[in-house]
Amino acid sequence: MSAVATPKVRGRGWLLAACLLWVGMLLLVPLVGIVITALEPGIHVVTETLSSPDVIHALQLTAVITVISVVVTALFGVVVAWVLVRQRFWGRALMNATVDLPFALSPVTVGLAALVLFGPGGWLASFFESRGIQIIFALPSMILVTVFICVPFTIREVVPVLEEIGLDEEDASRTLGASVWQTFFRVTLPNIRWALAYGVALTTARAIGEIGAVLIVSGLLQGKTETATLFIFRAYEERQVPAAYVVALLLAAVSVTLLVVIEFLLHRQEREGTRT
Amino acid sequence: MGSAAQTLGGRSGLRSSQRTAASLRHLALRGAAVVYLGLLVALPVVAVVTKGFGDGLGTFRDAMATPAAWAAVRLTLWTSTVAAGLNAVMGTLLAWVLVRYRFPGRRLLSTVVDLPLAIPTLVTGVMILALYGPNSIFGRFLDDLGIRVLFTPIAIVIALCTVTLPLVVRNVQPVLQELDTAEEEAAATLGAGPRTTFRRVVFPAIRSAVVAGTLLTFSRCLGEIGSVILVAGNIPKKTLTAPVFIFQLTSQFKPAEAASVATLLFAFSFVLVLVTSRLIARKEAPV
Repeated sequence: MSAVATPKVRGRGWLLAACLLWVGMLLLVPLVGIVITALEPGIHVVTETLSSPDVIHALQLTAVITVISVVVTALFGVVVAWVLVRQRFWGRALMNATVDLPFALSPVTVGLAALVLFGPGGWLASFFESRGIQIIFALPSMILVTVFICVPFTIREVVPVLEEIGLDEEDASRTLGASVWQTFFRVTLPNIRWALAYGVALTTARAIGEIGAVLIVSGLLQGKTETATLFIFRAYEERQVPAAYVVALLLAAVSVTLLVVIEFLLHRQEREGTRT
Repeated sequence: MGSAAQTLGGRSGLRSSQRTAASLRHLALRGAAVVYLGLLVALPVVAVVTKGFGDGLGTFRDAMATPAAWAAVRLTLWTSTVAAGLNAVMGTLLAWVLVRYRFPGRRLLSTVVDLPLAIPTLVTGVMILALYGPNSIFGRFLDDLGIRVLFTPIAIVIALCTVTLPLVVRNVQPVLQELDTAEEEAAATLGAGPRTTFRRVVFPAIRSAVVAGTLLTFSRCLGEIGSVILVAGNIPKKTLTAPVFIFQLTSQFKPAEAASVATLLFAFSFVLVLVTSRLIARKEAPV
């Protein structure tokens, strides 16, 4: 190996340097930058910001939206993945393409779609209005758009695993007398668990970070429909820059932690993959 | 005894009532999947397209009549092209370095490359503000050199490059990993230099992955708002991108115009996603 590599050593150094410079400039330096900028005014700014009612409410709202989105996309994601892999039916290709639609749409477009459907004069607005249910500029529409954006993550992680494990184990379990549910919980779920967990982790990250769609459907009501990202946005626009930096740093810290979990899950998946 | 034999006979041996239950279950699951995707994903898309083009091209013409609208679409197209081009090159390079080189910190580099998958895009924007802003050492240094980054298209390109960094890398990496080095060694033995080997042996093998990753990057850039909205300055005709323009139209209660511009963007990126999935399908077909 080293004998082959020696003539290329100089070229190698340059390539590696270019990569480190690119990643460093785009990610590492800005990450260090935000830590310094956020903590520079002193620790009291951090505690004040994180104990202000607006920030607490925003973080709670983000948590609620994230948890609901994760549960919905995980449950239905497994159903859709299973149907896509195990069933052959007319319109399957269309269903497959629909799953990828959210990847092709700008979050702004998703928010706009909710506005067209539920906003003033929208297609479904009168139906919900007459029943006194507030969808737009309220929590339901914020959950809807977040779920929309997160739909593909679990499905795209679970589908390849389901394809790979095939039908044998499930069939065996059924023939041996296990019920459908037993088969699912004892055979299918353990096989897809790492892929599912990875999909859930990606969904969580995406839901916490969502801004474009909620920017439109939330109505930007301070203290009411303001998520953590929307708080950062407003704080920055209103020149409360230190508060914006502190909450941004908090979200960055959460996402770095999530990333560590994601990497762990990826390695688990790879290891399970090589074992089978 | 009889029932055991029947059960062991597998699917064909199931009693007819069991078979009916199974097919009902299949139908119910399929129905759930169709309703979920139909109501949640397809309906909103139909709503936007209908809103934008429901009465023919009239709304679209009105929406695009202002110079700011065309300028926004043009800006988004060219900044996305530049960002996709940069990440096509750097992403391929990164994938190559991560797969073929062994150096201290390789695992860390691999994790850092995935960071944009986890970091909220708005936080990426705030990070760029902190780094290039007038209060940072680096920002002042660039200012002294006469280089302005914030509130110029440069900031937009930096933001787009950052949030799409993992896409090309994660498309190319698995292909490179599976590539047999024997061919490259053969090329080297036959006297080909490292550049020729890369161009003639390695690149043809990873080409479709690079293209797929690049198209995905471009499509993602077209719709990106979180990382851009704070750093671009959003000056009409100068640094106002199409997604931010759509957002502004909706806050001015012009959903029809917003829907027109959104449909235009969607058309671009949907075609790209279709092309990408075809490419991926073709790549996987012979295996």
